[in-house]
Amino acid sequence: MWSRRQRRLRPLSCGVEELRCRRREREAALRKARREQQLVSKRLLRDEDPEKAEGYVAVILGEAEIQQFLRLAQRGTEEKEREKALVSLRRGLQHPETQQAFIRLEGSIRTLVGLLTSNQALLQLEAARCLHELSHSEQSTVAEACLPATSYLLTYLSGHSSDFIELCLYTLGNLIVESEAVRRQLLPQGIVPALAACIQSPHLTVLEALGYALSQLLQAKEAPEKIIPSVLGSPLPQHMLQLLQPGPKLNLGVAVEFAWCLHYIICSQVNNALLITHGALSTLGLLLLDLAGAVQRTEDAGLELLACPVLRCLSNLLTEAAVEAVGEQMQLRDERVVAALFILLQFFLQKQPSLLPEGLWLLNNLTANSPSFCTSLLSLDLIEPLLQLLSVSNVVSVLVLTVVCNIAEKGPAYCQRLWPGPLLPSLLDTLAFSDTEVVGQSLELLQLLFLYQPGAVQAFLQQSGLQALQRHEEVAQLQDRVRALQQTAQHG
Amino acid sequence: MQLPPALHARLAGAPGEAEPLPVERDPAAGTTPFRFAARQVRFPREHEFFEDGDVQRHLYLQDVLTQVAGDPERPRVPEFTCQVAGCCQVFDALEDFEHHYHTLHRNVCSFCKRAFPSGHLLDTHILEWHDSLFQILAERQDMYQCLVEGCTEKFRTSRDRKEHLVTRHLYPADFRFDKPRKSKGPATPGPAVQVSAEALGGDQVPSEGDAMEVCFEHTELPPEPSGERRTYGHRCITRI
Repeated sequence: MWSRRQRRLRPLSCGVEELRCRRREREAALRKARREQQLVSKRLLRDEDPEKAEGYVAVILGEAEIQQFLRLAQRGTEEKEREKALVSLRRGLQHPETQQAFIRLEGSIRTLVGLLTSNQALLQLEAARCLHELSHSEQSTVAEACLPATSYLLTYLSGHSSDFIELCLYTLGNLIVESEAVRRQLLPQGIVPALAACIQSPHLTVLEALGYALSQLLQAKEAPEKIIPSVLGSPLPQHMLQLLQPGPKLNLGVAVEFAWCLHYIICSQVNNALLITHGALSTLGLLLLDLAGAVQRTEDAGLELLACPVLRCLSNLLTEAAVEAVGEQMQLRDERVVAALFILLQFFLQKQPSLLPEGLWLLNNLTANSPSFCTSLLSLDLIEPLLQLLSVSNVVSVLVLTVVCNIAEKGPAYCQRLWPGPLLPSLLDTLAFSDTEVVGQSLELLQLLFLYQPGAVQAFLQQSGLQALQRHEEVAQLQDRVRALQQTAQHG
Repeated sequence: MQLPPALHARLAGAPGEAEPLPVERDPAAGTTPFRFAARQVRFPREHEFFEDGDVQRHLYLQDVLTQVAGDPERPRVPEFTCQVAGCCQVFDALEDFEHHYHTLHRNVCSFCKRAFPSGHLLDTHILEWHDSLFQILAERQDMYQCLVEGCTEKFRTSRDRKEHLVTRHLYPADFRFDKPRKSKGPATPGPAVQVSAEALGGDQVPSEGDAMEVCFEHTELPPEPSGERRTYGHRCITRI
């Protein structure tokens, strides 16, 4: 089934209300960052000693202390002593002031890199952890101080020690988002082939870390021109799709990362035809079915983290012309996809309403040009549940009405199946909305119903439809359509 | 949102597409002042439609979302010793042993006992240091392969290769895994030559393919504060 690795997190010592408050603040900051197109996040992999974890406060170290620890690590006679020195340094580096002191100290990075490449395995590991702390800093000067280590971090990706590789990957991932300057170094150093070699690792922890690093690379501003083409030219896409195939080996943490990787590739529109020929549509379609099944079975936290990128990938891929060119096996025609989507919409309504528009976007792309999928919605009795979403928000309402229009515009056979039922009452409700887009879309649907469904006009008149229209007579964007409908209603 | 009970059964049922109802459009549909046309929509990267989902994704990355309690990975076990001949490291955690093993015992050259971070570097080392055929071929053609995976360039000398690594791949000039062999004749299997590169000063007369290492080490090293002049490269375990 779905296995999930536990995240390594320090147990928090603050209360629930504080958590919520912190989360709201973080969310606001992230929204702002996104609007400014500066949305970057670093991942911190901290392996806290659970005994020391509660209430641990990082100690600020000064340059002299740092130098002492470094010297001890390099030259100490006792191995345990050398390790301890690095552990102390690492703990200190959790504090931004220690980080600043560290980079001010001449030769400090050089020493750290020396320890990173030494033959003492445990010193190597601790040195890597120190680097990781530095890479996580929000100060560019601190993160960029790690640059001399990157060629080694990449070399170690071809090794075999899974803990170490995981650490190197998270460190690289953090450095990648730091700046374009960093990426301009990493790309010629061969990061793409290094990741491609590493993706064959059997270790889930390594794969999740790799997915993270790759997603950061693909999210870069210059990715469509400078990064995605070489990623598409490497074996990475095939492996990514393999890791997204549903089955007993599917791991949620790993899948989330690679689904986001795929999303960044696909929405950049570099060469989606290639992904389609690799079977991306069918893999993602099957994954969607699997997700819907999982959602019914468990209260598992985090399924929406995977659902979101999968929906986006499918929606965007469906718009590619290449879809028509591939064989039926590679296309998306299975009506179970519609069933899965509705199960997910219900799940979103309860757990994450902000994802409803994304789900409805997929529904639009499935139904727009497909009589078959439109028929499925009718035969599976999904119109009523769809209409139940009309009161959630304006954006959702517009999308719901658009999907119903997709069905209605296919002609009388379809409209007949939409009638009678809750459709007319729902439409009369939406006509009472003040949002012009919602009302506009309702008017479009009404025109189609008047055109294709005998009896629709009478029913509309009987239920005081004309009054509902009246209130919009003066609205600029709506008046022409309102008048046209009034005419049709009154004169047939 | 009430879903019809048969829906779950359909999900679990066989794949298949619905036989479509007949499509029959009236040309008046969607004409002025109406404008509806069924069409697929595509959103590019930075579109604001993605804002909510992107924010959730980043909250997850920042680990605020799913507060999974810290788990006790790293269970301690009774102390045990590394079983590789000649190694007496002691461990009390399996992950520590795993890293030790992979770093020191996994990719080891059977000729000179040096350990390498990856199979790729080990293979290159064996070829360049312990294969007499390589030396012969290297006299006539470009045999020194670039160390970056995916780069297929080959070079006449290891110095040329280093040059390429620095200028093309932005590698540091003192990259620890690219020390050319100090050749004193054809490759000989046997114990490690513990060359202290810094102990030997000055240039050497360029011979077949190498001997530039000393120059590189000296010229590229910035002056170190006295506490830092440590020659940790000279355990010699991770040279090529």
